[in-house]
Amino acid sequence: MSIQDDLPGIQFSDDHFALFELPRQQALDMGELDQRFRRLQALVHPDRYVQAGETEKRLAMQWATRVNEAYQTLKPAGQRALYLLNLLGFDPRIESNTAMPTAFLVRQMELREEVMAARAAGDGDALEAAHQAMRREVAEAQQELTVLIDQRDDFAAAADLVRKLMFQEKLLREINDALEAVTL
Amino acid sequence: MALLQIAEPGESVAPHQHRLAIGIDLGTTNSLVATVRSGMSVVLNDERGRPLLPSVVRYAADGRAEVGFAAESAKATDPKNTIMSVKRFMGRGRADIAHIETLPYDFVDADGMVRIKTVAGVKSPVEVSADILKTLRARAEASLGGELTGAVITVPAYFDDAQRQATKDAAQLAGLNVLRLLNEPTAAAIAYGLDNAAEGIYAIYDLGGGTFDISILRLAKGIFEVLSTGGDSALGGDDFDHRVFCWIIEQAGLKPLNLHDTRLLQGAAREAKEYLSQHAEAPITMKLSSGEYVDLALTTDIFTEITRTLVQKTLSATKKALRDAGLAAEEVRGVVMVGGSTRMPQIQRAVGELFRQEPLNNLDPDKVVALGAAMQANLLAGNRAASDDWLLLDVVPLSLGLETMGGLVEKVIPRNSTIPVARAQEFTTFKDGQTAMSVHVVQGERDLVSVCRSLARFELRGIPAMVAGAARIRVTFQVDADGLLSVSAREQTTGHEARIEVKPSYGLTDEEIASMLKESFSHARDDASLRALRELQVEARRLLEATQSALASDAEILSAHERGQIDAAVAELTAVVDSEDRSALDAALAKLGAATEEFAARRMNHSVHSALAGKNIDQVAL
Repeated sequence: MSIQDDLPGIQFSDDHFALFELPRQQALDMGELDQRFRRLQALVHPDRYVQAGETEKRLAMQWATRVNEAYQTLKPAGQRALYLLNLLGFDPRIESNTAMPTAFLVRQMELREEVMAARAAGDGDALEAAHQAMRREVAEAQQELTVLIDQRDDFAAAADLVRKLMFQEKLLREINDALEAVTL
Repeated sequence: MALLQIAEPGESVAPHQHRLAIGIDLGTTNSLVATVRSGMSVVLNDERGRPLLPSVVRYAADGRAEVGFAAESAKATDPKNTIMSVKRFMGRGRADIAHIETLPYDFVDADGMVRIKTVAGVKSPVEVSADILKTLRARAEASLGGELTGAVITVPAYFDDAQRQATKDAAQLAGLNVLRLLNEPTAAAIAYGLDNAAEGIYAIYDLGGGTFDISILRLAKGIFEVLSTGGDSALGGDDFDHRVFCWIIEQAGLKPLNLHDTRLLQGAAREAKEYLSQHAEAPITMKLSSGEYVDLALTTDIFTEITRTLVQKTLSATKKALRDAGLAAEEVRGVVMVGGSTRMPQIQRAVGELFRQEPLNNLDPDKVVALGAAMQANLLAGNRAASDDWLLLDVVPLSLGLETMGGLVEKVIPRNSTIPVARAQEFTTFKDGQTAMSVHVVQGERDLVSVCRSLARFELRGIPAMVAGAARIRVTFQVDADGLLSVSAREQTTGHEARIEVKPSYGLTDEEIASMLKESFSHARDDASLRALRELQVEARRLLEATQSALASDAEILSAHERGQIDAAVAELTAVVDSEDRSALDAALAKLGAATEEFAARRMNHSVHSALAGKNIDQVAL
C-alpha cells in the first residue's frame, strides 16, 4: 500500500477550492483566499528550490503554476462563478449562448454612447459619475451571484448574470480608458 | 567543494556552509556586482576602489577584450571597436535600434539579433555582454576568494523574452550559474523594503541609461508581490543625451560630424546633462577636429523643454501601470527612485507632481539594484533560515500570444500575470486533410502581428488527416520563474501526439552558444568536456545533498522498499561523484533522479497540506 493514501489532503489534481481548502461556494472571504494563496506559494515557489535537484525544480514550477492558476480563477467573481457552475455539473455555455435581454442590451448601448460623448467633450465629472454608477452595478451583480448560486441553486439565472457581468466589466474598462484619456 | 554531510536518520543536517552568491546589475552605462557579507549587502569595488564598471568593451586585433574605464577612454580614438551601451542591442534586430545612424559601429545584420564587426571578428551583443560579466565575475572571485555558487542577474522589468534569453545566454557564456533573472525594479524594492521594513503599496520608478521601468508592488509580511509593471526598453538617460547632442548641432550649426567628433560631442552632451543636476546652467565649449568651435550654454529651462516628451512618456507608462494594478496614485505609499537618470531635477519634479508626494531618494540610485540582487542571490543560495526569508511574486511584462488567421493576435497569457504561469489554447485545422500547422508565437499588446515582436515559429506535423475543423490542437505556453517562455503543441482528438518544444529562435542557438564556449576555452584542450564534467558533478552533489536533507526530515513517508531503492541509488552516485567517468556519473545521477521522483512529489503534497492545516511551516521545511 502506498503511504500516500494515508495522507489526507491536497493532490495536484484537486479542484481550486479544495486546493485552498475553502468551501465550494460563490461567497468567498477574499482575505482568507489571499492568505492561503501566499502560504502555498511560500512553500512551492521555484525560488525555494534553486538548490534542489531537477525533479524538485520541475515539480516546484508545476505546483507554483497550479497555485497561480487557482488563485486567478477564484479571485474575480465572474470567473469564480463560471468555474463553480462547471464543477457543480452545470454548463454555462458562455461562448455559444449569446442571447441577452433586449432591455439590458439597449441600456448598455446607451451607457456606452454617454461614455463616448463625455470622452469627446472631455467631461471628467460625467465619466467619474458613470464610473461610480457602473462600479455599483458590478458590485450588486456580484452580490446577486452569491445568492443565486449558494442559496437558490438557480444555475441558469447565474449563468445569465455572469454574461451581463462581463458586459458591465468591459464597459467599466472603457470608462477607465476614457477617464485616463481625459485627465492626461 | 564541501564534503557531503551525511546525517543519521532523524538527526537534522548540519547547517550549510555559507555559499558564495552574487548579484549583478548589468546596466546600459555602468555595471556593478554586490554580495551579502556578514548579513550586509555590499557592492564589490575594483582594485582601485571604484564600485562602477563602465559597460564598455574594446576589442583589440589580437582578440583581447578590454573592459571598463580603460575601454571607455578609447571611445573617441577607436570608436568602431569600442562597444558602448550594448544592452540596447540585446535580443534586438537592426530595425529596433533607435538612432542607429548616429552609432559608429559596423553592424552586420543577422537573424534575430544584430552583430558588430570589430578587429577581433564579428561579435554578438551576447558575447560583448559576456565580456562585461566575466570581468565582474573575476572581481567577485578575487574579492570573495572562492568558487561562486551562482549569480542573480537583473534585467529591466520591461525586457521581452528575446532580451531576457539573450541576457541568460551571456551569463552562461561568462561561466556564471544563473540562480535567477530578476527584474531591476523588483531588486530595488527588495533593497528598499528590507532596509525600511516597508509595508503597503510602493511604486518603483527606474530610469537607467537605456531603459525605463515602472513597477507597482504590494509589500506585506515578507512577500513582495508585483501588481503591475510597464515601461519602455528603449528609453533612458542616453535619449536625454541625444536630445542635448541634437540641440548642440542645431544651435552651433555644425556640419556633418566624423566619428571622432560624434563621440566627443556625445560626451559633452552627457557632461552637460549631469552638470545640470546641480547647477542652473551648463557651459558647452569645445573645438572639433573639423576646426569648428562650439560655445553654448544650456539652461535648465531649455533642457526641460527639449526633453519634455521623454519625461511625458515615462509618466504615461506610469499611469498605465497604476491602471493595470487597479490603483489610484493616492493609494501609493511611497515612490522609490532608481537609476542615475532620476537625478535630473525635471524627473523628480514630474514624478512628485504625479504622485503628490516627495519621491524617495534615500538609497544610492546607482547601487540599489545590485544591492537588492545580492540579497536575493543570498536567499536563493540557501544562506538564510526559513523563518527569516521573503518571497517574490513577479509578473510577465508583456502579453504573449499566437498569430491566427488574417495576421491577428490571439492573446494566450495576458501581461501582468503572476509567474510562473501556463495557459493552453485550442486551435483547429481549416482545410480537409490538413496534416501540418504552423505556429507563430508573438509578444506585445497590439492586435496585429505586424506590430508585435515575433518570438518563434515552428511547424506542428503529423496531424492525422481529418475534415476541416475536426482536429483539436492544443498549444501550451509556459513562462518560468525567470520570465522565460517555452511553447509546446499537440493534436489530441485521436490520442496521436505530435509534440514539439521550442525555445524562442531569436538570438543564439544552443549550438552557437556551445561553439562560443568552446572558443573561449580553446587555449586548453578538453576544457569544454572538463567543464561539462564539473557541471555534472555540481548537479550530483546538489541532488545528494537535497536527498539527504529530505530523508532527514520526511523519511517516514517512504515504504521500506522505496527507502531501500533510494539508499542504493545514493550509494551508487556517492561512489562515482568524484570520478572522471562522465557516463557513469550521468547514469547514476539519472538513477537517483528517478528513485526520488515519487518521494519529491509526495513531499510537496505533504507540505502543501500541512501548510493549510495550520501546522508549523518550519516542521515541514523543504
